[in-house]
Amino acid sequence: MGTIWFWIVAAMLTLYVVLDGFDLGVGIVYLLVARTEQDRRKAMHAIGPVWDGNEVWLIAGGGTLFFAFPLLYASSFSGFYLPLTIVLWLLIVRGMSIELRAHTHDSVFMTLFDATFALSSLILAIFFGAALANVIRGVPLGADNYFFLPLWTNWRTGPNPGILDWYTVLGGLLAAVALAMHGLLYLALKTNGALNTKSLAWAKKALPLVAILTLASVPATVIARPDSLIHYQQHGAAWLAPAMVVVSLVAIAISLARGWEWRAFLGSCTYLASMLVGAAAGLYPVVLPSVGTAGASITIDRALAGPHAVRVGLIWWTFGILLALVYTVTVYWLFRGKVPEHTEGYGH
Amino acid sequence: MDALTLHRIHFAFTITYHYLFPQLTMGLALLIFVMKLIALRTDDPQKRERYDEASRFWARIFAINFVLGVVTGIPMEFQFGTNWSEFSRRTGGVIGQPLAMEGVFSFFLESAFLGLLLFGEKRISRKLHTLAAFMVFLGSWISGFFIIVTDAWMQHPVAYQRLPNGVFEVTSFWGLLMNPWAWLQYAHNMSGAVITGAFVVAATGALYLLQRKHEDYGRLFLKVGVVAGIASCIAQIFPTGDLHGKYMARHQPAAVAGMEGLFHSTPGAPIVLMGQPDVEKQTIDNPLAVNKVLSFLIYGTTSAEVKGLDQFPQDQWPSALPLLFYSYHIMAGLGTYFAGLMVLAGFLLWRGRLYNARWLLWPILLSFPLPYIANTAGWMTAELGRQPWLVYGLMRTSEGYSKHVGPGTSLFTLLGFLGMYSVLSILWIVMVYTAIQKGPKAPVVDAGHDGHTLTTA
Repeated sequence: MGTIWFWIVAAMLTLYVVLDGFDLGVGIVYLLVARTEQDRRKAMHAIGPVWDGNEVWLIAGGGTLFFAFPLLYASSFSGFYLPLTIVLWLLIVRGMSIELRAHTHDSVFMTLFDATFALSSLILAIFFGAALANVIRGVPLGADNYFFLPLWTNWRTGPNPGILDWYTVLGGLLAAVALAMHGLLYLALKTNGALNTKSLAWAKKALPLVAILTLASVPATVIARPDSLIHYQQHGAAWLAPAMVVVSLVAIAISLARGWEWRAFLGSCTYLASMLVGAAAGLYPVVLPSVGTAGASITIDRALAGPHAVRVGLIWWTFGILLALVYTVTVYWLFRGKVPEHTEGYGH
Repeated sequence: MDALTLHRIHFAFTITYHYLFPQLTMGLALLIFVMKLIALRTDDPQKRERYDEASRFWARIFAINFVLGVVTGIPMEFQFGTNWSEFSRRTGGVIGQPLAMEGVFSFFLESAFLGLLLFGEKRISRKLHTLAAFMVFLGSWISGFFIIVTDAWMQHPVAYQRLPNGVFEVTSFWGLLMNPWAWLQYAHNMSGAVITGAFVVAATGALYLLQRKHEDYGRLFLKVGVVAGIASCIAQIFPTGDLHGKYMARHQPAAVAGMEGLFHSTPGAPIVLMGQPDVEKQTIDNPLAVNKVLSFLIYGTTSAEVKGLDQFPQDQWPSALPLLFYSYHIMAGLGTYFAGLMVLAGFLLWRGRLYNARWLLWPILLSFPLPYIANTAGWMTAELGRQPWLVYGLMRTSEGYSKHVGPGTSLFTLLGFLGMYSVLSILWIVMVYTAIQKGPKAPVVDAGHDGHTLTTA
């Protein structure tokens, strides 16, 4: 039962990264590729109807984590207090920037909201990458299953790490570059004209960087967390994830060379999903590794909620998530195709 | 300030601020759906266009408030973990359930169909577009339900067992969802949300009529607002407020004694309409009281004894007693005023005199902030009344906060939220005010035969 819930939460968070990833990515590259007001509107229009639905996967994933693994939720959320609060502030700034930009016609304010939208998207991507790297690296859990991490200590991994060290910064950079490429491929898929051309050109430049950082992340992870390969050795099927990472990167390269927008974007989705599944497979059955000796790692079994809750939960969750998928697919279907050349502002 | 106090203010501030938005969107969602429905069912093209445009206008206001509700709501879900980790660890197996269900059942529904409501009118049929409005309404009301289930379990824990290590487990899924407290509180809360929606719509109508602009819409908004206002204001007092109060008197007598400022048990207890509680001397200063009414309200007879605070050990008294007393009295006083105002406006509407009754349009306009205050005061009554318990009778508030997050850190983020929300408030007021001043578009009706366009400005 614990294993099922582990993969349910992992799948929801993966879907969050794949979906909200492209609108975060659009934010990262927004000032770079959308230089005219018309292009900026198009870019906003491309994510307008879907971005807050995408963000729901984070909220629903977080809620499911709380419900299925209360101990993990309590320990990690209070331990990552400062970065999580900063993430909340960034989500507020970003959401408001998108909404406010649509409600103003004053070019000064539009410029301001463009900048806050781009900046908050970039920092969020870095924080999400760093957050995942923190979990992979492990945290100094105490005997009471709690910890508290400062934002930084000496930038080294080890028994006394901070949120930001060389390893987690690498994770943040990788996330920023990978999501930027993801956003570029989405923009290319959803738009015509100069925005499309520029997005494709920048995606071609971003791809080698993504590949290099991905490659670098493998030895980095082994250094930061020497036993991370053990789970791979125990479960042969786990190797499928890194294999898919390589395949999807190659697929993006080929698709970009041939001008296949759809396949390039799907390749990028597969890349992100495989990276995350690979990370989850490396952790399983641990959900929060301990770096010190004071406290043991939090595992699925220790963190799982009571038997009745998770059994009943499986029923309503399945039902609810099927509905959610139907809504999600419907909205994407209704807003399929390229954004029209002359769009009205986002919204009305 | 100590860590406990700071964590409490942190949560109280962020949730109070957050609830300014859902109370409007939940109420407005219902009214938008009703307007869409009227437009769908009428044969009169002019009326249809006017109701369609009215729903588009309110959907814009809805969208602004919805986004603010979302961005201030995400911190709430995170805060259980960040600031109240011990509470989360011990009760997550119970309250995690409704919170996760809210995400899965409500947020996807709301966000998907709000996208359709706002952007999809040209892409889907009129019926489907009305359905989208209904789904947004349904989603926001489901969301409210799961939040209330969560709070109701803290107020009146049911369907749980406590393990030796202090962790709570849910023993019956239906028992948790069917908590009687939850249904009473939900009914009372949702009619409160409709009051906010109705007052905002009616006040906008009154503003247009007083300004003599968008007058067609001014009359429409007043009519919709006043009709919804009468229904919700009455439902707020009876049956929802009455039933909730009686249930509370049975299960949280200490909270009720605190709300009423009843320090000593009294047969034929009076109701104090106004006064200032003095906790040290255990009296109410300057009381304005009506004899025997409290006994009657709770037990239906004027002679029944109502338990006073003296029946409970002092460490189980609501910890912020005067604030609890004032919150309750502000809520109840405003609720009475709302019912009076709306019934009067409804009478004039029925006689066809409301639109010209400028003496009444003024108070309708100026009253729009009051439901926000009343709803906030109502929630403060519920949550302060629950003190000193986090889970009533089972877990104290002082046991629940994150011990590893120091007071300095909590103050740091509290100040951050204060600053951030100050900016949001300014943006919110400017945006909503601008949208209201711009008004709905003047109706353009294509009569079909001669292409005649009718515009009213």
